[in-house]
Amino acid sequence: MNRIRKAGKQETFGRQLLFSCVAAFLIFSPGSLPAKPVVVGSKKFTESYVLGEIAKRTLSDAGIPVEHRQGMGGTIILWEALRTRQIDIYPEYTGTITQEILKRTDQLTFEQIATELGKVGIGMTEPLGFSNTYALVMLRTRAEKLGLRTITDLKNHPELKFGLTHEFLDRQDGWRPLTQRYQLNPQSVSGIDHALGYAAIAKGSIDVKDAYSTDSKISENDLVVLEDDRQFFPQYKAVFLFRFALPEPAVSALRKLEGTIDAVKMTRLNAEAERTTNYTRAASLFFEPNATSTTTFGETFPHKLARWTGRHLELAGFSLLLSVLVGIPLGIFASRGGAIGHIILGFAGIVQTIPSLALLALLVPLPFFGISVRTAITALFLYGLLPIVRNTATGLQDIPRALRESAIALGLSPAARLWQIHLPMASRSILAGIKTSAVINIGTATLAALIGAGGLGEPILSGLNLNDHATILQGAVPAAILALLVQSLFHLLDRVLIPKGLRL
Amino acid sequence: MSALVQLVGVSKTFGDAAAVHAIDLSIEHGKTTVLIGPSGCGKSTLLRLIIGLIQPDSGQILFDGTNITADKPARRRLGGGGIDIVRRRVGYVIQEGGLFPHLTARGNILLMARHLGRADNEMRARLSELCVLTRFPENLLGRYPLELSGGQRQRVSLMRALMLSPELLLLDEPLGALDPLVRAALQKDLKEIFARLRQTALLVTHDLAEAAYLGDVIVLVNEGRIVQQGSLADLREKPASPFVSEFISAQRSLAVL
Repeated sequence: MNRIRKAGKQETFGRQLLFSCVAAFLIFSPGSLPAKPVVVGSKKFTESYVLGEIAKRTLSDAGIPVEHRQGMGGTIILWEALRTRQIDIYPEYTGTITQEILKRTDQLTFEQIATELGKVGIGMTEPLGFSNTYALVMLRTRAEKLGLRTITDLKNHPELKFGLTHEFLDRQDGWRPLTQRYQLNPQSVSGIDHALGYAAIAKGSIDVKDAYSTDSKISENDLVVLEDDRQFFPQYKAVFLFRFALPEPAVSALRKLEGTIDAVKMTRLNAEAERTTNYTRAASLFFEPNATSTTTFGETFPHKLARWTGRHLELAGFSLLLSVLVGIPLGIFASRGGAIGHIILGFAGIVQTIPSLALLALLVPLPFFGISVRTAITALFLYGLLPIVRNTATGLQDIPRALRESAIALGLSPAARLWQIHLPMASRSILAGIKTSAVINIGTATLAALIGAGGLGEPILSGLNLNDHATILQGAVPAAILALLVQSLFHLLDRVLIPKGLRL
Repeated sequence: MSALVQLVGVSKTFGDAAAVHAIDLSIEHGKTTVLIGPSGCGKSTLLRLIIGLIQPDSGQILFDGTNITADKPARRRLGGGGIDIVRRRVGYVIQEGGLFPHLTARGNILLMARHLGRADNEMRARLSELCVLTRFPENLLGRYPLELSGGQRQRVSLMRALMLSPELLLLDEPLGALDPLVRAALQKDLKEIFARLRQTALLVTHDLAEAAYLGDVIVLVNEGRIVQQGSLADLREKPASPFVSEFISAQRSLAVL
């Protein structure tokens, strides 16, 4: 399967929200100092992954320690990460820089863009060689039958169904201005994921979709690009952005890539990446064009699975631990009722109602968080809080008054009452809350991959991205199995931790 | 004869409803005092006031001469745990036993002694003693409350209350939920235990026969006030008010059947 993605065109339903949050928060925090190795970032689509790998390989060949944080998210996330020194380099496109980063509606020259970026301490390489731009595509057979060749021709066919990516629908250089320029007034326009859109167009459920000019899918599916006869789409020349603080040897190594990747080459690398779902290997084709496909690159599947699962458990486990450590004391306070109890339960309840994706997005622009494992763990921690707080509070409140009073009347100190009477008696409810949190965390942790924190969400996301079911299942099946395992683990824990007298 | 506990002008109201009004009551050393009256008359409230589960709005409660209703700083001066020190000198048994379901019979009985760090052999000896005293089979000590019958639970509850040899035993309708045969057996055992230990006890019941059987002094309470106190004969022959006669005849009519 092939899929080629262009700067920030990747769209998810949370992207819009993420975008507005980041825009609203635009806090240029000092962030943390870069770790010793140079950090290359990439956006969450094939071409960006491949370019990131190429940069990594180039620097590494020049003897510079480097790491690549793959698929961190969309334009704003990468830009913020660069600004806040969480990454040093990432691949970008001139059109995206103008529209999305500099927020300009006019066309800027290459030099103007470089000057604007320089003002905020960001450098830009010369163009890498290929230009990737938006295009409207449809099935060749259908286009020929209707006699369509240019976008202007679409005007006479308002019955055609448009299936467009969410980002294209929202972009300043996207759908709305396009319809104005071309005076289009189609009857049916719907938002659809980029990868799924190709399947939809092949099945005929949509007629026209947006695509990227280096997308190998276009020729593969026998699609035709409708000519942009009124020159609506701006140029999207691929470049690398880097921080001025990047050491000179790294900058010169990076600059060696200028003008070395033409559209044909990029299309081939993209196709290879999507065919093998191995970006390192696709990038290596750039360096050794004759490498045979039998050569293995990157890690084996069991190794990857172990890495994903390990990280997933790390994310879910650590956040759960925090939820327990914070949630139980909060639950104890909340069980005493009163204003504080209401505030605690109210707060935990509000956090729970925020969609998990939105919670991640809200944390990203905050100074301490950004694109990091820290953010993912914090979001999961907040998410896991409510079940534990609420179950602790209700478990304690459900202890009959006669028993509470018996404990008091015996003369037990408050601490002894809590540890020897109240908590053991509420243990079933508390454990049920922890179990709920654990299972929620295992599921929600798959979203951590959206902000580059890894875990089993990584294959799920790239699988969705590639419309490759096998890759999706590589993440989805282990995640489901993990959830079931956690469930049974807690079943065992119940037998150990809930006093026998309560299980009769 | 001196009073172990003295209530002086004790009042407590809950919301609009007055629970107890200006109660004066002495609980004498070595005697069993029985509080009796219709439900909601305030008799359980008096017990809860004495053990410090609730605080009176006015009046004083003296335990062994110490005012335990003083404001918090004063109560703290009672030493270490303040009111908790008093509570450890008082045993408390409630209707359903108030046993903690997650602890075995033994765990319930020894809970407080363990908390105070009593020596193991001392606790073991006391436990055997109590099993004999309350006629509880020692081999059932490892059972959880849910694995015991209602009567057995009350015996465990009684042992828990007696574990630290309290000066005062408070019993709030301890036999209220038991069937008649078990109840009769326990009444008999309680009477023996009180006599043997010369236990100062305050018992709440609504059953006049039980009051007469166990009590040295019967205190009849109605609508938060003490109507009359004395022996059953006093109440029967010299009723202080028509309510006393009414209360006695209402209960006796059943016995006559």
